[in-house]
Amino acid sequence: MMLRRLAAAAGLSLLGLFPALAQEKPAELRIGITTYTSGAASVFGIPARDAAEMFASEINARGGVQGVPVKLFFVDEGAGIETLMTEYRRLVQDQKVDVMFASISSGVCNKIAPLAEDLKVVNFMWDCGTQRILEDDKYNYVFRTQANATPEVMAPLLYLLKVKPDFKTIAVVNQDYAWGRDSWAIFSQALKVLKPDVKVVAEFFPKFGAADFSTEVSRLLALKPDVILSTSWGGDLDTFVRQANQRGLFKSSQFVLPLAESSLQRLGNDLPEGVIVGGRGDHYFLHPERIGDAKFRTFMDAFKQKTGAYPIYPVFHMAQAFSALEAVYAKAVTANGGKWPSHEQVAKAMPGLTFQALGRPIEIRADGQGIEDQLVGTTIRTPKYNFDVLDNMMIFPASKIMPAVGEKSEAWISGLKPDILNIKVDTFKHAD
Amino acid sequence: MALRAILLVLLVAVLAAVPLFAASSQTFLAIVFAKSVAVLGLLLLLQAGQVSFGHGMFFATGAYTVAFLGRSMGGGDLALLLAASVVTSAVLGLLVGLFVVRYRYIFFGMLNLAFSMVLYSILEKFFHLTGGSDGLRIRRPTAFGFTFDRAQFDMVLYYSTFAMAFLAAYLVWRYLRSPLGQALKAIKTNETRLEYIGLSARFVMLVGYVISAVLCGVGGAFLGVIQGIATPEYSYWTRSAEFVFIAILGGVGHVAGALTGTFVYEAVRTYAAAFVADSWQMILGFVLLAIILKAPSGIVGLVEGFTARRRKAEASALTVEAAR
Amino acid sequence: MSFDTIVLAVCDGVAYASLVFLVAVGLTFIFGVLGVLNIAHGSFYALGAYTAVSAGIFLTKAGFSPWLTFPALFVAAIFIGAVLGGLMEKLLLQRIYDKEQVLQILVTFAIFMILENVQRLIWGVQPYFMSEPLQLLGNISLFGISYTAYQTLFLPALAVIVLLGLRYFLRHTAAGAQILAVTEDREAASAIGIDAQKVYFVTFIAGATLAALGGALAAPTTSLMPGMGAEMIVLSFAVAATAGLGQIEGAAVAALMIGLGRSLAVYLAPEFEVLVPYILMVGVLIFRPSGLFGAPQLRKI
Repeated sequence: MMLRRLAAAAGLSLLGLFPALAQEKPAELRIGITTYTSGAASVFGIPARDAAEMFASEINARGGVQGVPVKLFFVDEGAGIETLMTEYRRLVQDQKVDVMFASISSGVCNKIAPLAEDLKVVNFMWDCGTQRILEDDKYNYVFRTQANATPEVMAPLLYLLKVKPDFKTIAVVNQDYAWGRDSWAIFSQALKVLKPDVKVVAEFFPKFGAADFSTEVSRLLALKPDVILSTSWGGDLDTFVRQANQRGLFKSSQFVLPLAESSLQRLGNDLPEGVIVGGRGDHYFLHPERIGDAKFRTFMDAFKQKTGAYPIYPVFHMAQAFSALEAVYAKAVTANGGKWPSHEQVAKAMPGLTFQALGRPIEIRADGQGIEDQLVGTTIRTPKYNFDVLDNMMIFPASKIMPAVGEKSEAWISGLKPDILNIKVDTFKHAD
Repeated sequence: MALRAILLVLLVAVLAAVPLFAASSQTFLAIVFAKSVAVLGLLLLLQAGQVSFGHGMFFATGAYTVAFLGRSMGGGDLALLLAASVVTSAVLGLLVGLFVVRYRYIFFGMLNLAFSMVLYSILEKFFHLTGGSDGLRIRRPTAFGFTFDRAQFDMVLYYSTFAMAFLAAYLVWRYLRSPLGQALKAIKTNETRLEYIGLSARFVMLVGYVISAVLCGVGGAFLGVIQGIATPEYSYWTRSAEFVFIAILGGVGHVAGALTGTFVYEAVRTYAAAFVADSWQMILGFVLLAIILKAPSGIVGLVEGFTARRRKAEASALTVEAAR
Repeated sequence: MSFDTIVLAVCDGVAYASLVFLVAVGLTFIFGVLGVLNIAHGSFYALGAYTAVSAGIFLTKAGFSPWLTFPALFVAAIFIGAVLGGLMEKLLLQRIYDKEQVLQILVTFAIFMILENVQRLIWGVQPYFMSEPLQLLGNISLFGISYTAYQTLFLPALAVIVLLGLRYFLRHTAAGAQILAVTEDREAASAIGIDAQKVYFVTFIAGATLAALGGALAAPTTSLMPGMGAEMIVLSFAVAATAGLGQIEGAAVAALMIGLGRSLAVYLAPEFEVLVPYILMVGVLIFRPSGLFGAPQLRKI
């Protein structure tokens, strides 16, 4: 017994010297997940954590990833960047975590990406949206298992231009932080190229977590813009929608809310019909192409059973991270002749990987960015649900609405041609 | 005294050896060292009986100096960045100080709070200049002319913050023993008498204020480099209150209070989660209450009281022995 | 800028100012009498809001008339103010009146931390809301712009009632006279038989109830989220300090200045909105450290 352990230890230390050689299959596959369990963004973080626990137990019930059970370690992003960075290092260096899923906040991703590269740990940016990280720098260990801000903003814009092409004025009410500012930069830049005659009549960036939008609503009621865009989310979006609806702003302006898929169930009937809604990908609990799939429906119901609400987009993002995990280990094991791969081999297997979770299949490009199609729809009410659902859905092919590898979003947008409106999209009606 | 010197040397030796036996706690301790420098600044003002709920502004100034300068230089050098943050925080400390040193107590605290909230709002609002609420990224600088990779740089940071924390504590200790430092303490006890002996209380306060601003600036600069980010939250009032909290926790009577308090505070904040989920704020709240109500001289005061009692007990035991 | 715009900005500003005043007046009242700057005031605000919403949700779910959510707002505020405020004064503040001001503030800061944590443990981190009171009162129209009657009529009216009520109470009732006497000189007041301890207790409960009431009344207009207490306390500081600590009528003026300044900023230069309260505060404090209406403090010798 003692001897065997010694031999194993000696073997392991030898392996450490030659990392390219095959590794021993570990007892468990350790996954670190950063998610918000406190703070405003926990509206995303907590459903995602619940989902992660469900996926992990489901994978383990099947025998694990390539026969190795997964073990999850959660870190709260809401505890602040200081604590988070310390925890991240601790997980990688002390707990020997194999893969990190980090994170929800783009600010955190900005910070984590170089750290992951330094620590040589495979990191899936499982939810954050900023397109800059992978466009500005080259990473070998950092990947994004979903779309980024550019297609996520382009899709609602194209949808708007398709269904309501003749608007003249627009106003924006976004949260004052990177996502609010960046999404407006992409949207307004693309709008200027595709429809230069539109006038921007007001730009509001109320404080993140603002409690009151009354003054903004008054101003918008006086300005009567044809279109009002808000990429806000969580409590901010809920408050804004309620205050605007109460005072009839929805009657005078067409609303475009690219993240409102995550607020539909909370807002209930406070969100009027006819609002353009997106969900940062083809994320929708009634996904028209997947709803026929028994596994999809079982999961949607099981999640509702467990948490009291249907999945929202972070749950889909979490599913993608787990699907990518399973797919990449399968690919890396095969590439390694059936033996357990090193972290480096796993990282090498990521580019070109395709996997499917709860939406359409996703491909990881050479720069580590995921290509994920985008679903946008318009709200309607049906007797079956006590909240708004989506009708007139369009799914946009992601590869057509984002820059190619090596190209930056800004340059790509300034070169847009009006014929981008003619790209083929699949359309769907709501079906009960 | 000799015992105390031996203990200090032992502590320094153990801390200096940390990277050898507990490398993963390096960053945690570096954060503790960096923050303790800022807490020293608050501790210094507390000697004058004054409390600022706005020193986060200097902390943020240090961090943003590093961020702006680092960005324009494509990284920059640690020594240069620190020197720059000393300059900027001293300048801001002087400017703000000229206004605030005229006031005492609640008015002093309020005006500091107001200034820091102005800075906070500016940092948060002017996204295109300051990166808004996400803050600015700080890329890893070179250190003293050399380029390091992550692991080496962690160690460099550990020793730099370590050295800075002890150097700052020593300098503050010396300052408080100097005539100017004594005068600062006199502001708390009797300000008018101070002016009778020909010292301007405002000047004494201004010197103290600028020093405290620089200490916060250096702390912020280091924390920014460790975290790789400067955010407006550094200037939010809760951050400033946290520094005051830590100073009282550690004990304002001694410069060692800053380091002790920071260590305990950070340890609770980081490791409380391992025992009881989501309760670090509550634990720290109760600790603070207990300290204020039961041991107003802080942790250091507690320890000192304990050793003093023991010494007394030993002494009396000795006299008993001698009497026999 | 047209006349219409000014009127609209004034409407928004007054609505906002009313809410801020309700919270700030409690803070300044407590300071005026007890001399304690209560950071936990922000927690009373948040807890008042959460309790009101929970009560409201319970009532509507149980099938009661939604009009009952109105009294629920007040009951929740009084409950939080009396229970939490009362406990805090009895168990903690009474022990520290003779301590340094710094320590007093830190005690309230410790309570603030504890209550923030308690609030997260009870209500979690998901946003809460209850818009029944807002919807029931309907809208009014001004220059073709609809406003909620709740924000433009109900809240300002309530703020005026609180202001006049407090004035009347302090100047024209025996209990008010006792409070003023204790504020003036605690020892002298005790010497003539006023129970200063009781005065402190009642004052603190009243102030805490006002904070909780501010939260309860804000609840229908917003989503409740963690961190709302920290935001509100610093805003109340700005109001109280600008007016001069302990100045009740002054707090109303300062709240109006901040409210109007803020809404004008949204109309003219939205980027400056968040700066308004603090710039006003710095501007006033630099020239008048004891605030617009405060009397200069005597230096201790």
